[in-house]
Amino acid sequence: MTDTPAPRHIPDRLDKPLSSAIFSWEALLIVIAVAIFAINSFASPYFLDPWSLSDLTFNFTEKGLIALAMALLIISGEIDLSVAAIVALASTMMGMAVQAGAGTPVLVAIGVVVGLGCGAFNGLLVTRLGLPSIVVTIGTMSLFRGIAFIILGDQAYKGYPESFAFFGQGYVWWVFSFELALFLVAALIYWFVLHRTSFGRRVFAIGNNPVACQFSGVRVARIKFILFCLTGLMSGIASVLITSRLGSTRPSIAQGYELEAITMVVLGGVSILGGAGSILGVVLAAFIMGLVTFGLGLLNVPGIVMSIFIGLLLIIVIALPIVWRRLREGRFA
Amino acid sequence: MDTTAQRKVKTQPSLPSGPAASASPRLTLSGISKSFPGVRALHNVSLSLYPGQVTALIGENGAGKSTLVKIMTGIYQPDSGEIGIDGQATTLPSAHAAFGHGITAIHQETVLFDDLSVAENIFLGHAPRTRFGTIDWRTMRKNAREVLETMRAGHIDADARLKDLGIANKHLVAVARAMSIDARIVIMDEPTAALSMKEIEELFLLIEFLKSEGKAVLFISHKFDEIYRIADRYTVFRDGEMVGEGLLKDTGQNEIVRMMVGRNVDHIFPQRKPKIGVPVLSVSGLSHPTEFDDIGFELRKGEILGFYGLVGAGRSEVMQAIAGITRTSRGAISLDGQTIAPRSAADSIEAGIVYVPEERGKQGVVIGLPIFQNVSLPSLGRTSKSGMLRLAEEFSLARSYTERLDLRASSLSQDVGTLSGGNQQKVVIAKWLATTPKVIILDEPTKGIDIGSKAAVHGFIAELVAQGLSVIMVSSELPEILGMSDRVVVMREGRIAATYDNKGLDAETLVRTAAGIAA
Amino acid sequence: MKSFLKYREIWLLAGIVVLIGLISTRFPGFADPANLRQVFNDTSILMILALGQMVVILTRSIDLSMASNLCFTGMVVAMLNAAHPAIPIPVLIVIALAVGLVLGAINGFLVWRLNIPSIVVTLGTLTIYRGATFVVSGGAWVNADQMSPDFINFQRAAFLGLPVLSWIAIVVIALFFLVMTRTAIGRSIHAIGVNPTASVYAGIDVGRTKFIVFCISGMIGGLAGYLWISRYVIASVEVANGYELNIIAACVIGGISIAGGIGSVGGAVLGALFLGIISNALPVINISPFWQMAISGSAIILAVVLNARGERRQGRIILRKAEAA
Repeated sequence: MTDTPAPRHIPDRLDKPLSSAIFSWEALLIVIAVAIFAINSFASPYFLDPWSLSDLTFNFTEKGLIALAMALLIISGEIDLSVAAIVALASTMMGMAVQAGAGTPVLVAIGVVVGLGCGAFNGLLVTRLGLPSIVVTIGTMSLFRGIAFIILGDQAYKGYPESFAFFGQGYVWWVFSFELALFLVAALIYWFVLHRTSFGRRVFAIGNNPVACQFSGVRVARIKFILFCLTGLMSGIASVLITSRLGSTRPSIAQGYELEAITMVVLGGVSILGGAGSILGVVLAAFIMGLVTFGLGLLNVPGIVMSIFIGLLLIIVIALPIVWRRLREGRFA
Repeated sequence: MDTTAQRKVKTQPSLPSGPAASASPRLTLSGISKSFPGVRALHNVSLSLYPGQVTALIGENGAGKSTLVKIMTGIYQPDSGEIGIDGQATTLPSAHAAFGHGITAIHQETVLFDDLSVAENIFLGHAPRTRFGTIDWRTMRKNAREVLETMRAGHIDADARLKDLGIANKHLVAVARAMSIDARIVIMDEPTAALSMKEIEELFLLIEFLKSEGKAVLFISHKFDEIYRIADRYTVFRDGEMVGEGLLKDTGQNEIVRMMVGRNVDHIFPQRKPKIGVPVLSVSGLSHPTEFDDIGFELRKGEILGFYGLVGAGRSEVMQAIAGITRTSRGAISLDGQTIAPRSAADSIEAGIVYVPEERGKQGVVIGLPIFQNVSLPSLGRTSKSGMLRLAEEFSLARSYTERLDLRASSLSQDVGTLSGGNQQKVVIAKWLATTPKVIILDEPTKGIDIGSKAAVHGFIAELVAQGLSVIMVSSELPEILGMSDRVVVMREGRIAATYDNKGLDAETLVRTAAGIAA
Repeated sequence: MKSFLKYREIWLLAGIVVLIGLISTRFPGFADPANLRQVFNDTSILMILALGQMVVILTRSIDLSMASNLCFTGMVVAMLNAAHPAIPIPVLIVIALAVGLVLGAINGFLVWRLNIPSIVVTLGTLTIYRGATFVVSGGAWVNADQMSPDFINFQRAAFLGLPVLSWIAIVVIALFFLVMTRTAIGRSIHAIGVNPTASVYAGIDVGRTKFIVFCISGMIGGLAGYLWISRYVIASVEVANGYELNIIAACVIGGISIAGGIGSVGGAVLGALFLGIISNALPVINISPFWQMAISGSAIILAVVLNARGERRQGRIILRKAEAA
């Protein structure tokens, strides 16, 4: 026999969990959130009011719902640029139903089902035909919104029933809106699914190496299809909320939401290349973006200038750790 | 490719080898050290390459060979030490600089451009220019054809797209690239890994040609028979340090192995007392439109069935079909008497057949995930409870299998990407064993891993089989096939050529059958 | 010629011819040379933009900020012209190129030096540049009355039967063709997309080449900025809003693979022309413009499916036919 040493014991972990928590991305986001919160409080006297803060939440809950599903999709290595267009199409469908006299339950069902259907369409194109998701969803983005335009043109649907307004405008308790409650519940569910289930583990694995996963018996295509459906579903739900809040439908609804959702995801620490990220990070990022846009809104900054801040925030937060590390190593590129 | 008989390379009388004849080394590295965060890759190593001579660089995986190659080609910068070319101290701050000094490398997987033409691949980065400074395509194509002619590779079309060539021809293009820059130092990193025997012979002729042209060649390989055939000198690395160097004619194989491993490795193959039972896996008439036809064989319980063949014979393709990864056009597979028709890897894993793929990095490990998550990946259904992860179960599963395989790692939560090749392979095998399969198909299980890990893997396979598992082992390494198998199936060009009992079976028979040469 | 039109592009050319044929059955005047010249002219800006995006996509990157770049640079140039009408147009064009270059260089720097994925960088600069347009203009528009006659008419002036705008497009196409096929940088751009690792070994500075590529797309954005503003005689924050998707669509339809390495000048031009023909044809055959988005979307999806078919690598063919064995 060869003179092999006795089997060596390998410990489970080496890291001290506390130190890795302190220096994590989420910790950085918490610091940023607190800082911006503080800045906002000083910048405007209207900020620190419970109802004001409640209004703030409307800035991020709808996009945040989409971002939750988008995060899982990006972690798995795909992307969906058509989410805003799905919102538009679902909203248009709901508008048509309203014209036909449908009641609130039917409207909600339509919104959700149309979202799910669009997501499934994306999913089929990507998983069945093996097409790259970035260009496929650029195509479906035009297609879905295009259909909304064909149906509605430059008109708008109004006349939503009163009960429908609850989703986007109603409150569950005191200052907590239905939207906020829904977002928090959804965030909890997504956190659980991503970080505590075998499904979530497989999502991470696929994002790191889909081929090895295929060989390891992970049903990659099925999981990715589900993720596209989820993204569509969340877009459908967001569409119900947005339409309910606005009380009307236009084909141009939710313009630019896809980029904001992706910004939330990336800002939240999810790698755009896939394989890593956390729901906590995405929730914090959503909150930060809400803080920034709401705070600027209180200062009467126009929307388009607000987006400069969002763009800068994205780039700076991504660049910060890289620059920090370079400076510490004593070389700047 | 032309047959060996027709390809007589015109060689000048070979330069007498030996330190007396080749006065000064063309390239010297001395005192080179290189560290990465947490890893000391190289410590105070030295290496010299002499013109007209081949130096073999030998060492286990993780010994530092590829780091050294990257330093020599300008990709990495050494933390300390000197590099000298033709006696002059030099630095190689970039790949471009190394290129400029005539240093070129040919890697296992050709690092060339599939979608560009052969001519452009040869001349990329140093294409001939017209008066206006633009690229002179006509001259480039002419020069490409000339270079290929010089190497007796004129059959390669200079305008063909690289992706349409076979791997042997791609290697030739890589060598042509070296010739085109009049490379003075040629590094070959495991160049025979994907070549057939015939192609290996031709590569050796090419290396002789390079020697006769006065180039200094560094030949990295695990295979002693090749090293002793083609190389003049050797240098041995172990754990990032240089532990020996000298002339091959003065040194025996065992001595070199001892330097590599640091201990005596007497038995590379475990002694076995096979207890073979009834057939557990039967395959008949298995066919695929383009990859294989009418494959039929039986695997018996407790048996190691070797699958030998030249590269490209279709063995991996057959195994991937049995494992459900590729679809077949017809044929039947039955396990323990039950017909199965796996449509995905998940199906066959459930049935009890697992496939350990050939390409460890791409198909075996999930880099980015920790060791324990890699091990538990196919078994998540068992370790989780109604879909919820149970980390304790995963750790315990990973611990038991990785310890049995003697894994070298600092913790189970460490990213699997930080492990050496041999240890990654152990993780892959652990992962599959954890699914408690009935049949395990190993595709080149010890390719590119060090002797120590090889022995561990072989020993482990023997243990498994003794416990009742059945193993199919696809391998292109004759010693491994002959040392481990109970029976050997030989495939050639997509069909089964013969099946042998491993009693008195010799290498020659296998090679002849695989190549289709009559006795 | 072989490098200008490969098989994929020949199919696209055939498809365009068929498309024109189909449209002519409904509206016979469509295939008239005069009308086709008009279509080419209308599509000139998109062709130029598609070429700029093509070099970026070839290196496995993406530039989502081109339309915002166009908007910002256009506004700057328009404001300059409104305030100082005496500045000659060629000088304004140079200024547009320079401003565009700076915006592109910012993208390139972040990708090269900080290694931030290009989709993230350009997602950020997409909003930053458009927001900057608002800051620079104070939200105000610059319209036709404020622009000098030279500014407006320069690109409309006819020269040898074609407007200057078309000529500019032709020159840009020729320049790109030359650079991509006959210069080292052009070949490096292809090489990086095909195999970034091998490019490093071949001595190509991948990071620096990517930087240059973004500078090119930036300059293109700048040039397109001037051309767009003077063509549609309006400069506002809304200019080319969302147009980045049309640009990418043109590339995708033109057979340029989003995975990098595959694509040609001819493809980008044809892809842009395809979209240009559709948008020109719709009003003519009485389809409401509201259909345009859906049609473009379908065209993109179809193009991607066809691209994927072409790119699929064949499995190893191991079996030799029994007769030949």
